[in-house]
Amino acid sequence: MNASSWVLLPIQALLYIALAPLLAGWVRKIKARLQNRRGAPIWQPYRDIYKLFTKETRIAHTASPLFGIAPYVVFSATLLAVTAVPLLSIASPASAIADVIVIAGLLALARFFLSLAGMDVGTAFGGMGASREMFVSALAEPAMLMAVFTLAMTAHSTNLASVVDYQLHNGEILRPSYMFALAGLVLVAIAETGRIPVDNPATHLELTMIHEAMILEYSGRHLAMMDWAAQLKLLLYGVLLANVFFPWGIAQEMSAAALSVAFAVIVLKLALLGVLLAVSETVLAKMRVFRVTAFLNLALLFALLGLLSHVILEVGA
Amino acid sequence: MIKILLFTVFTPLAGAILLIGVRRLSIAGWLNVTVAGATFIAALALAIEVAAEGVITGLVFRIDSFNVYLLVLTAFVGMTTSIFSRPYMQYVCESGKTTERGLRLYHVMYQLFMFTMMLALSTDNLGILWVAIEGATLATVLLVSLYRTPEAIEAAWKYFILCGVGIALALFGTVLLYFAAQHVIDDPAAGLSWSALYAEAARLEPSIMSLAFVFLLVGYGTKVGLVPMHQWLPDAHSEGPTPMSAVLSGLLLNVALYAVVRLKMLVDGSLASTTSPQLAGYLLMGFGLVSFLVAGLFLHRQRDIKRMFSYSSIEHMGLMTFAFGLGGPLATFGALLHMLVHSLTKSAIFVTVGHAAHIAGTQTIDHIRGLIRTQPAVGWSLLIGVAAIAGFPPFGVFTSEFLLLTATMQAQPVFTVALLVGLVVAFAGLFRHLHPMVYGTAPEGQMPVRANMVPVMVHLGLVLWLGISIPGFLARWLDRATELITGVNLL
Amino acid sequence: MNLEHLSLLQQLMIVLAAVVLFTSFVLLEQARLVAAIHVFAWQGVLVSLVTAIVAASGGLLHLFFSAALTFGLKALLIPWMLHRLVRRLQLDRHREPLPRPALVVMAALALVIFSYWLVLPIVQEELIFTRNIVAVSLAVVLIGLLMMVIRTQAVAQVLGFMSMENGLFLAAVSATGGMPLVVELGVAFDVLVAMVLFGVFFFQIRESIDSLDVDRMNRLTERADDQ
Repeated sequence: MNASSWVLLPIQALLYIALAPLLAGWVRKIKARLQNRRGAPIWQPYRDIYKLFTKETRIAHTASPLFGIAPYVVFSATLLAVTAVPLLSIASPASAIADVIVIAGLLALARFFLSLAGMDVGTAFGGMGASREMFVSALAEPAMLMAVFTLAMTAHSTNLASVVDYQLHNGEILRPSYMFALAGLVLVAIAETGRIPVDNPATHLELTMIHEAMILEYSGRHLAMMDWAAQLKLLLYGVLLANVFFPWGIAQEMSAAALSVAFAVIVLKLALLGVLLAVSETVLAKMRVFRVTAFLNLALLFALLGLLSHVILEVGA
Repeated sequence: MIKILLFTVFTPLAGAILLIGVRRLSIAGWLNVTVAGATFIAALALAIEVAAEGVITGLVFRIDSFNVYLLVLTAFVGMTTSIFSRPYMQYVCESGKTTERGLRLYHVMYQLFMFTMMLALSTDNLGILWVAIEGATLATVLLVSLYRTPEAIEAAWKYFILCGVGIALALFGTVLLYFAAQHVIDDPAAGLSWSALYAEAARLEPSIMSLAFVFLLVGYGTKVGLVPMHQWLPDAHSEGPTPMSAVLSGLLLNVALYAVVRLKMLVDGSLASTTSPQLAGYLLMGFGLVSFLVAGLFLHRQRDIKRMFSYSSIEHMGLMTFAFGLGGPLATFGALLHMLVHSLTKSAIFVTVGHAAHIAGTQTIDHIRGLIRTQPAVGWSLLIGVAAIAGFPPFGVFTSEFLLLTATMQAQPVFTVALLVGLVVAFAGLFRHLHPMVYGTAPEGQMPVRANMVPVMVHLGLVLWLGISIPGFLARWLDRATELITGVNLL
Repeated sequence: MNLEHLSLLQQLMIVLAAVVLFTSFVLLEQARLVAAIHVFAWQGVLVSLVTAIVAASGGLLHLFFSAALTFGLKALLIPWMLHRLVRRLQLDRHREPLPRPALVVMAALALVIFSYWLVLPIVQEELIFTRNIVAVSLAVVLIGLLMMVIRTQAVAQVLGFMSMENGLFLAAVSATGGMPLVVELGVAFDVLVAMVLFGVFFFQIRESIDSLDVDRMNRLTERADDQ
């Protein structure tokens, strides 16, 4: 590891922070266009965050100190998790901690605090949202780990950088396990980032809301942190899907040329993913909370089939 | 030579096609008998050819000493049952249980069933064997539901689904067999030929063959009626028309067992040099013994007469499966003889039971009483038939069971006890129900029926003859089949 | 076995086999009858695709014929017949969710593992590729069997039966490059006749118990004898 790669690390983290609202704005814009609206400009999320930071932050009387700490914990845990995912290069020093289990753990930590904060004030919506969030994640997490393990088994490592590296060098092979893992991860990503059909990120009005119910009591910079963390999570899953399954373009060495190509490619990939997400959200309708079980069981099934088809069809010793 | 073979196999098919067009029922009945008779004569001629030539092969067929005797037996039972069924089915039609259309369906399907049996027995190709045995299910399933009662439809559905699943597993086994064959036999078209496989059996991959055999045994075993895949058998026998029960018990089970034995020969050849050369044999012994004992116990709790005798069929098929599993010339000879006498006796019993149920107007054992007073011929036939099937001397079943017990005593003495217990249990089960049916007081107004007892007499007479002395030509015949199966001859 | 050493067509075969397995799961869980028939038709398309791939990679002419046969029978004719029957039986809107979907899926996964365990004794290097696909086909067969066990609706049971046959076709094609033509025709004929007879039975059953829920047919049990 030379010095330049250490410089890359904060740059990558800053890039993540900077790109996250853009992706959210992009998806919103495309969605609006698909619904024949003009929609807000794609940098609207930046304005929202700026606006929230300048506003007064109110805290409920019944809130404990945890309520105030939670946004910072959630934001930093998500940020830590996201930095571990290779964005531009697999040669970054963060690769050493880029372990999927670490990422899952950090995300779980963020979710834990989010749910606690949701319940802290003691309103009906907060508790309801927290319990639903836990319900969804209890089903989504095993599916995610299983899907990731499928990849890990092929690459013989749970380190994301090695998984990406392996895929980069052996990617021209058709693998049923990757296909199933991809399908499983997409479903998990939809559930975890609270998109349609599991949750609707655009409304506070439905009784079925999950994420929005938990942060209903937040205002000002706390709310900004929470929103930003959610956008980071969306970006995290986007990059995970884009770079693990379609890693072509990612930089393998530390040259400026390679890095700028990598940046252009990842932006393109994320833009494409954003379009896909917007289309699927336009086409699908939100499902009842009780149907979410079936949705996530499908994700788990994909992940398990991926694992089995890896063992049976690909290794088959 | 091949002409006789083709004639034997395809006569029933031609008969079926002819029968589609025949609308007059009286003619259809006689035509059915004629076709079955012609098939039997052709089969006899074929048997004489085989006795002279040894083995006949051609196209996808192969007749050797093992299947030729089953061919003759099948054609014979098919003929006698058709003789019985002509007046019987007319009575069924007159009593309104089925329509004229149903009767036409019956005749066509009867001959189609015979065709599938002949095809299954005579073919050398294991794929065609599968197609034929599946075809037998398809041909008989509509006959089981012929009376359209809820029970009959339930029985037919059960039969269809269970045998369909079983036979699908058998196809999987066949695919695996072909898979193993491909690495041994160059010509892909010959890869399912039994004779080609048998010649190369030692080179077939043992791990694939043993897996294939498990599937084939479960698949064809469903058709044999081995416990626990036997569920369809009592239902189909009790709800279908009686001639159907006779040919199912007398023929279909035999043919399925024939398939299992052929396949066991292949697997034995393949496993001979491995650490578990007896695997197929042990599997057969296990399934056979369980079927034998369980069916014997179930005999006791039956209330339907045809159901009871179908359990007796399961019991005897279990015994034969056990014997084939035991291997060795004596057991195999006994099993072949048992196949013969069981078919003859059981079809005779079903024919008699058909008449008995006709007399009493019901199949419930509790309501069939005093047969010997109402119609002595039926009563005596039932009595003699049951005595024969229970293994009383001097009938042929006694001879074969005695041979089987002796063979068991020599090879695996432990099992002799189980066999003896099973025989006693089955005997008790049969006679417990038989006594009141034959000797009880006949209900008021029970009238004799028009019954043609000639087929029954002929069958039971043959069984008696085989019990007293097995004719030399038959003994040599069976001995040659034994030699084919085990490699050693007995006599 | 090393995936890198396989040709592209073989890799495609593996992927298709995996997708066939997945359609089996979808079929197993599908509540709506009409949707299940569509899934079954897709499974038939996939199996015939596998056949075509084997034919293309081996240059086997008769396999192209068999691919066309499979396509015509499994993807068009039988689904069409089932569709018509369902319409005539007025079951278009019939749905019957699984009582315990998670448990059933776990059982099906266990069957997949079981089928793999069954073929494990085959260890020769040159057979491994085929063996693995045989394991998947066996899993498709067994899942079809499971479907017949847990579904009580007659049409759904028939779908299970037919998907078993799909598994068998897959095994035959991938393991052996197709059975001899005469056998293949015989099997296809048997399947077709079975389908026609199933159709006859649907009407007989409905006439008899006024429903196609075969669980209601319970007159012939050993327990009934005791009463």
